[in-house]
Amino acid sequence: MAVIVHEDLCRGCKKCVKACPFEAITIEGKKAVIGLGCTQCGACVEVCPFGAIEKEAAEKETVDISQYHGVWVFAEQRGGVLMDVALELLGEGRRLADEIGTELCAVLLGENVEVLAEELFRYGADKVYLGQHPELVTYNTDAYTNVIYKAIREYKPEIVLLGATHIGRDLGPCLAVRCGTGLTADCTRLEIDPESKGLQQTRPAFGGNLMATIVCPNHRPQMSTVRPGVMQKLMPDETRSGEVVALKVEFADGEIRTKVLEIVRTMKETVKLTDAEIIVAGGRGLSDPEGFRLLEKLAKKLGGVVGASRAAVDAGWIDHSRQIGQTGTTVKPKIYIACGISGAIQHLAGMQNSGCIIAINKYEGAPIFEIADYGIVGDLYKVIPAILEALDLE
Amino acid sequence: MRIIVCAKQVPDTNEVRIDPVKGTLIRDGVPSILNPDDANALEAALQLKEQVGNAAVSVLSMGPPQASYMLRECLAMGADDAYLLSSRAFGGADTCATSTTLAAGVRKIGGADIIFAGRQAIDGDTAQVGPQLAQRLGLPVVTYVQKIRSVSEGKAVVERQLEDGYEVIEVKLPCLLTCVKELNEPRYMTVRGIVEAYEKEITVWNEKDVALDPAQCGLNASPTQVHRSFTPPQKGKGKMLSGSISEMAAQLVGELNEKHLL
Repeated sequence: MAVIVHEDLCRGCKKCVKACPFEAITIEGKKAVIGLGCTQCGACVEVCPFGAIEKEAAEKETVDISQYHGVWVFAEQRGGVLMDVALELLGEGRRLADEIGTELCAVLLGENVEVLAEELFRYGADKVYLGQHPELVTYNTDAYTNVIYKAIREYKPEIVLLGATHIGRDLGPCLAVRCGTGLTADCTRLEIDPESKGLQQTRPAFGGNLMATIVCPNHRPQMSTVRPGVMQKLMPDETRSGEVVALKVEFADGEIRTKVLEIVRTMKETVKLTDAEIIVAGGRGLSDPEGFRLLEKLAKKLGGVVGASRAAVDAGWIDHSRQIGQTGTTVKPKIYIACGISGAIQHLAGMQNSGCIIAINKYEGAPIFEIADYGIVGDLYKVIPAILEALDLE
Repeated sequence: MRIIVCAKQVPDTNEVRIDPVKGTLIRDGVPSILNPDDANALEAALQLKEQVGNAAVSVLSMGPPQASYMLRECLAMGADDAYLLSSRAFGGADTCATSTTLAAGVRKIGGADIIFAGRQAIDGDTAQVGPQLAQRLGLPVVTYVQKIRSVSEGKAVVERQLEDGYEVIEVKLPCLLTCVKELNEPRYMTVRGIVEAYEKEITVWNEKDVALDPAQCGLNASPTQVHRSFTPPQKGKGKMLSGSISEMAAQLVGELNEKHLL
């Protein structure tokens, strides 16, 4: 949009609201916001007593990208513990920052979380932007968006990476719109173009059968979300340290429009599908929720965990937190045993990078066999007990 | 109460198959459907209407003219009216540009007390358009809504799904909620609903109708661009084991041991 409000200059006097012939300006959090009804007529520019509204030349639609430096990682924490995906992103961010020749920064929000900065340095960060406030204790869309948006505007990073968690997938889109930039979801590979130094973001489309490389050439920052388990953490380096930069955090009345009343943990133990070395997954072919008991037995024997296809989750046989695939978790264990899973492309997208894939299915034509290292055609209710027996003989 | 539901027509990706020889997508004969999460969004809107009585449910979509079939389905499920944003200018939109167009549509309808959207569409899986639309409209947003506990004057209390549980969130109205499938069981169309759906008009708007400049739409307004797309290298088919079930089991365990995987 060509008419912009400089928030630092705006006093919320509402003169522009009255002057706008199209009712396109609203006051939010005591600042004028130019809405979509704006026709860029410039009436508001004239009346503003503070020079806070500016009409940019039409051709100057794109930002001056040379002003943007540094790779940022959103250091998501829950209950004072950093999410693994944040550390994985630092590993990837370190590589990208080194390739560009710039710094790697983490953005950490919460309350009394400064101790986590050390951990971020050990995993690769050069700098930690730290925002602390009682409103930031748990994730809150408005609070987190506003604080990070202001930090991005002030420090101008060229790349911002977020974990594709339920929180990252809420924050990322909100930030991208506020910054007027693009966002690429669920990237599986990130590369720096050697010439432009721009970020090339590769993500699966159509359930992983097509890969698309996305670029964001004229807008900054370049933003991506990455699923947990896709990137590699660095080995923590105890000798590393860095600089902590405190962010100014203050909220106006009414700025935060949602309130978290309660957080309920329904899972007795967090299923660490992304960390599992061995996964035994069940699908529609189990034809019964009881089938998961048999899978549990095999998983226990092998020291692995149980996963599921969407069909099994949709049937209500197992909790959605176990779902592997495009909608669900992406995994790459050493051994993946697919039991009664036909191999819909959405499922394959979430597990095809596993080390060794074993497929057990009644139907010889099941697509899962196309990507399996070992295939067994047979009734899983007979095959799994036979495998358990064979393991006992060891 | 005014309720708007954002819906998308998508190819039923469960029906998409891969050509085993060429490794390309077989799209022929793949049906177009109402995006599953959006069906949950519509159901939530219809339930809310039944609960509060005095409410109207409008469905809004952006897409090609044939998306009107999907909108008829929404009308047949019980929506009061339907709007389709359709123009060549909207083509090639990324999520950023899509949210701009939808926001213009919402404003043209006259806004809403609650906007429901699906969490994500099965063809793109980005989950971005819902929260982006909320930002453009200046509305608070709650994503991954798995339960609506109450909607009262000026606020709603909802449950937001997390990976290992949920949050109970109070949100001020007007707001935008994105819905997951755990929220409800979408109803079927009724025969009467289908008949009535064909008596209703679907309003079609282009960029001029919603006061957007072509520069604000579609590819022109998309910060992200597809640089290239390619088929990932296919992993070759492995070994099919044979023999009796106990022989195959023994063979498998033997192979895994040999490779030191166990």
